[in-house]
Amino acid sequence: MKGLITMDDLTNEDIYNILADAERLLPVARGETYLPLLKGKILGNLFFEPSTRTRMSFETAMKRLGGDVVNLGDVKTSSVVKGETLFDTIQMVDGYTDIIAMRHPRQGAARYAQDAADVPILNGGDGAGHHPTQTMLDLFTIQQSHGSIEGLTVILAGDLRYGRTVHSLSHALARFGCRLIFASPELLRMPTEIVEDLRQHGADVTETEDLLGNINKADVVYMTRIQKERFADEDEYSKVAGAYKLHARDLDNAKSEMVILHPLPRVDEIHPSVDQTRHARYFEQAFNGVVARMALLCRLLGIEVPASIEGGDA
Amino acid sequence: MVGEHNMRRVTAIKNGTVIDHIPSGQALKVLELLNLSGDTSVPVSLVMNVPSKKMGAKDIIKVEDRELTQSELDRLALVAPDSSIAIIRAYSVAEKLNVNLGDEVRNVVRCTFSNCITQNPREPLPHRLRVAKTAPLTLRCHYCERPQDLNKLIRNLI
Repeated sequence: MKGLITMDDLTNEDIYNILADAERLLPVARGETYLPLLKGKILGNLFFEPSTRTRMSFETAMKRLGGDVVNLGDVKTSSVVKGETLFDTIQMVDGYTDIIAMRHPRQGAARYAQDAADVPILNGGDGAGHHPTQTMLDLFTIQQSHGSIEGLTVILAGDLRYGRTVHSLSHALARFGCRLIFASPELLRMPTEIVEDLRQHGADVTETEDLLGNINKADVVYMTRIQKERFADEDEYSKVAGAYKLHARDLDNAKSEMVILHPLPRVDEIHPSVDQTRHARYFEQAFNGVVARMALLCRLLGIEVPASIEGGDA
Repeated sequence: MVGEHNMRRVTAIKNGTVIDHIPSGQALKVLELLNLSGDTSVPVSLVMNVPSKKMGAKDIIKVEDRELTQSELDRLALVAPDSSIAIIRAYSVAEKLNVNLGDEVRNVVRCTFSNCITQNPREPLPHRLRVAKTAPLTLRCHYCERPQDLNKLIRNLI
């Protein structure tokens, strides 16, 4: 494995190993112990479109492990605005850094960059394509909550059409025998080719417009934001989006160990009343972005995470 | 003899290439694929919608004084994967060639997805479509992984 472009670049065994590495790195991510495994290494952060959590958690992960980070900075003031091709940008950064994390508005950009680069590329989102580092932190959070990522019933809700996090995650969950319930408005259904792919690989997939009526079946509810811009007008948006908002009162019949995840930022699809319930896990999930990315950086740079880490109680 | 009758619709060629068993109505696309539709200095004969025992109806193309290469012919698989090709020398069949796409179509067509990274014409890496399935033919872009619409694909020839 050179870079991480899609979840297909990882075997199930790789995934288990990375999750175990992440678990051991928790005290380092929390700042309880300092472990400069990546001292002398430089990460190039290439974010061609806005990102808060992904960019910051990559940066934090690198620095917690003693490494350094260089940023592309604002695309508007970089050479990209002068018409530089992705190929040329990558050639340059490839020479400056040991590993690159990138997000790009065009689909396929990460694979393209990997073909152009010698250093490993970590795909932090390419158009409506993939977001595998998010999937790794999602899997880590699910494992933390349920002790396993196998055989769970997972509802993926909201914008399943354009939401790249749910595309990568559904493929990964299917590999671990999870039952998938896709709850979305008709307009924002999971792309047909993804549903077909999943079914061809033997996944148990149900598509529905009813989120609330299925909550009682779920071990995990993965919420995503529905964007107003996807709809022809505001009325249409309000009519549809209301059915994909969670309030604490909607969770009365949920299984006690059910957890709610969200890649964030949320707007109003999860009411603040949910934050206080035992089901809310989205803030832990955001924190887990740091450990999952620490484990991935080590893995792709060929640095072994020690079997036991001082200060670790994991 | 359906076959012989069809072949006589246009005269036999002395040297060149005959592409037979093209799905009915696809001959113009084949010409486009092989860059034979514009100004070409060689004579090209075209027969469309003639009866065929095997296919019901088919198209035939004869290109004089030019032997198409295997790589040119491999492009044919995009629209006529079951066509049969004969290289003619001195009025007789000198060679029979098969259409074969292989695992990947490289720098023949551009991905049809409007938001693919390869849509920027200045990006220098090759256009690559993976053959995901042969029957029915399913191609996916190596970069964005989108399945390709074969009807649109023909308009994206490089």
